[in-house]
Amino acid sequence: MSVQTWTFIIVGLTFALYIGIAIWSKASSTKDFYVAGGGVSPWANGMATAADWMSAASFISMAGIIAFAGYDGSVYLMGWTGGYVLLALLLAPYLRKFGKFTVPDFIGDRYYSKTARIVAVVCAIIVSFTYVAGQMRGVGVVFSRFLEVDINLGVVIGMIIVLFYAVLGGMKGITYTQVAQYCVLIFAFMVPAIFISIQMTGNPVPQVGMGSTLADGSGTYLLEKLNGLSTELGFSEYTNGTKSKMDVFAITFALMVGTAGLPHVIIRFFTVKRVRDARKSAGIALLLIAILYTTAPAVAVFAKTNLLNTVSDQPYAEMPEWFKNWEDTGLLTFEDKNQNGTIQYVANPELNELTVDRDIMVLANPEIANLPAWVIALVAAGGLAAALSTAAGLLLVISSSISHDLIKKVFNPKISEKGELTAARISAAVAVVIAGYFGINPPGFVAAVVALAFGLAAASFFPAIVLGIFYKKMNKEGAITGMIVGISLMLFYMLKFKFGIFDGGKEAVEGLKDQWWFGISPEGFGTIAMIVNFVVSLTVNAFTQSPPQEVQEIVEDIRIPSGAGKALEK
Amino acid sequence: MKSQKTKAKAYWRQNLIYLFVLLFIWFAVSYGAGILFKEELDQFQIGGFKLGFWFAQQGSIYVFVILIFVYVYLMNRLDAKYGFNDTNKSETP
Repeated sequence: MSVQTWTFIIVGLTFALYIGIAIWSKASSTKDFYVAGGGVSPWANGMATAADWMSAASFISMAGIIAFAGYDGSVYLMGWTGGYVLLALLLAPYLRKFGKFTVPDFIGDRYYSKTARIVAVVCAIIVSFTYVAGQMRGVGVVFSRFLEVDINLGVVIGMIIVLFYAVLGGMKGITYTQVAQYCVLIFAFMVPAIFISIQMTGNPVPQVGMGSTLADGSGTYLLEKLNGLSTELGFSEYTNGTKSKMDVFAITFALMVGTAGLPHVIIRFFTVKRVRDARKSAGIALLLIAILYTTAPAVAVFAKTNLLNTVSDQPYAEMPEWFKNWEDTGLLTFEDKNQNGTIQYVANPELNELTVDRDIMVLANPEIANLPAWVIALVAAGGLAAALSTAAGLLLVISSSISHDLIKKVFNPKISEKGELTAARISAAVAVVIAGYFGINPPGFVAAVVALAFGLAAASFFPAIVLGIFYKKMNKEGAITGMIVGISLMLFYMLKFKFGIFDGGKEAVEGLKDQWWFGISPEGFGTIAMIVNFVVSLTVNAFTQSPPQEVQEIVEDIRIPSGAGKALEK
Repeated sequence: MKSQKTKAKAYWRQNLIYLFVLLFIWFAVSYGAGILFKEELDQFQIGGFKLGFWFAQQGSIYVFVILIFVYVYLMNRLDAKYGFNDTNKSETP
């Protein structure tokens, strides 16, 4: 059977499964819709969190980015896992004890202010839309390559599927589809990785294979071989980076703190029964995430070595079929500058003839390694599972921010339970359509856009939540100013240095690199914006009134884990 | 028997000590071994990995997972010691 037939079968089966789960887990109350009824087991929540978390960026883009960035790619590996330590130790247990529905709920109640709540809603929506745009684009890439439909039609199909289970099932539907999606995506990621690891090093464990000798009997270590190939072509050594230490530090930190501040991850911890379940499911989530995150750098090494071996200095006419297939999507381009019919893939941009979009490395990897058709189809299904599960989680944040925090808590407190549920469904549907628009008109490639969402989350939520828990005397004036200053500064830096809008557009971005503050890239600037948020919050706090006694008592109460089951009933 | 308030205070202080120690390790394996002292550690090799590179792309992640489970264990023990563990059956629906 051809790859395309296999893809239709496997993707079709997984989609049928998601829709089946959606029908089975229809939400019947707002509590079902926002927090899946509040009784999700730690294992189910851990799996759902892992799928919620691992997006198109983790599944499709990350290994590819690492393959081209080498050591510099470590920022994503450490950043996107280390954040869970912060989340488990500093946020999840306390937010679960607090026991409401959304992140703006916490900010609004802890800072006894509607303004704080609205600022938090705006931050949540900006962060989530930035992030969801990347997911829809990922869905489009997979569809266009594997099912040979138009990239825009791919996005629309993805939208309809998400619409179906997010609108119908809310958090309840999302939780159980995410459990299924975790299984699909981890299986899809591991199978080709194990195959290729055996092929290249003879070791079935990719994490070990990465540090083993080549299977060709030469006794050379794989990483040594790759370092050699890279320097030969004029690139820097794979195991050494080109970014400054300062920038690597800042990006890693921004990604970690951003992870802990992302509302779609935080709300997952509202769905478990007790505080101890929240801690445990954070551990399970990271364990399940680590399986993919320790495999990805191995995949990167395998893929890069394979790619260099296959294309470098080879005649264009002899390229395998996958090469042509990817050329058709425009994500791989070859321009024979010296007209000699062979492919020069080198660091020097004047001589280089091959451009490989980083997003295709994971998707093309099984083909480059000549794996069977069903494995290639499986990867397509895994990419879709990763993108759809994250998109659904983000859409829920957007819809609950609007229906719960804006409509119910600010504009129309008298709204009935049924009315709020309808409002939640309508806002989820509207959010899907807007996300789809961004997917069709993408603002850049997947991981770059996603990385910026972390900066925004780090700059806005993290300080407000941490201070809210660990500093009893933190008041609303400080928190609100901190969030506004933090997110505005981050947005400004991102627009100036990533999109170049103050200096004449995207073309200017490269030339602005010398002007980076402290030599920190827009991806890492969340660290600075976060520090500014902390400083502004504490300074304003020092000159304004302490929070009322009852708020300080709430803080004392959330520090004690017992009695969390009751909180949700309030 | 100690009052609820002093109990809560002692519990919180112990919690902060755990956090401090665990976050110190968190910082040391990622920012320390994986970034700041990467070059120094790269002089050592385990299998085909240079050590600093290994910490950045593998080791730190393993340690993160272990850290959370150690935290879970410590906190469950602490909850039990202060009687803050939710074992009350009436609260489960």
